[in-house]
Amino acid sequence: MNPLVYLNSQARDGIVSLAALAAAVERFGLSWAEAELLALENGLLPARYQRNRKMLSTAEQLRLARSRVAVIGCGGLGGYVLEELARLGVGRLVAVDPDVFEEHNLNRQLLATPALLGAAKVEAAVARLREVNPAVTVQPQQKAFSVANGAALLAGCALAVDALDSIPVRLELGAVCAGLEIPLVHGAIAGWYGQVTTQFPGDTTLADSYARSGTGIEKELGNPSFTPALVASLEAAEVCKVLLGRGTPLRRRTLVIDLLEMEFVERLD
Amino acid sequence: MKITVKLFASFRDGRFKEEVRDTPAGTLCRRIVLELGLKEEELGVVMVNGRHAPLEQELRDGDHLALFPLVGGG
Repeated sequence: MNPLVYLNSQARDGIVSLAALAAAVERFGLSWAEAELLALENGLLPARYQRNRKMLSTAEQLRLARSRVAVIGCGGLGGYVLEELARLGVGRLVAVDPDVFEEHNLNRQLLATPALLGAAKVEAAVARLREVNPAVTVQPQQKAFSVANGAALLAGCALAVDALDSIPVRLELGAVCAGLEIPLVHGAIAGWYGQVTTQFPGDTTLADSYARSGTGIEKELGNPSFTPALVASLEAAEVCKVLLGRGTPLRRRTLVIDLLEMEFVERLD
Repeated sequence: MKITVKLFASFRDGRFKEEVRDTPAGTLCRRIVLELGLKEEELGVVMVNGRHAPLEQELRDGDHLALFPLVGGG
């Protein structure tokens, strides 16, 4: 019996369970990614995605599984972005961050736990996502993003997610994405405040927000638990839409968020 | 002429949320920023009537100028 015949024999109403996929992995020596792709390519939906089913078709789920996305920064924003993209079913993730966990990360960074203090953030991302969704391949890159290594880090990626904590590096990321002609989903946070936009090649939205070289108010305000979770979720929604070509992304629009006054303001380019 | 200035986030501390100001015709955004005691390098998103505006932009009667501080964390 070949793996597809096996998966078909195990499927119920077009859905194939985790146990059936695990058996296919075991019996036929497939990777989890190969098993899920085989299912999706043949119109079978892994059961873990069944609550995506009313909003995403099986073909769209396959498209996500075949997509590669780079998440630049694996701290406050990046931890949640990686988690959400892995649960969504984005098949290949590149996690970029030079840092290790420190105690002051514990108030907000999803991947940070006391046991992981001193551990590399990108390695924590690999371990976490293997637990969450073994069909997702995570490529850890424990390095600082720059224009020098940016094109190599983003090679083959459909888009990049800005989860950085540095304005100058953000602008470098914007430049690299423009050079590669891929979209950039931007998020930034400070205390109760945040902003999100999606910059497509040729747009200048990010540069307009950072036209003056200064220090962000996060240096003074810090960041709580909920602001990164919110902004990261908005970024993940943008990633989903851009990968699938659905809906209306925040293109040439920047959403500015004030959670203290609960105000959401939009700026057009 | 009259313009409306809206401040956001930490810019409101010790200032206001929204204020109508009398200002000479042809006033640049930059002048309002300086009058408010804000430094250019503190500014993030700046918009006039909901659109991105450089500080050199001339304000017109009835304009709404909105100023946000620089947000850069992740």
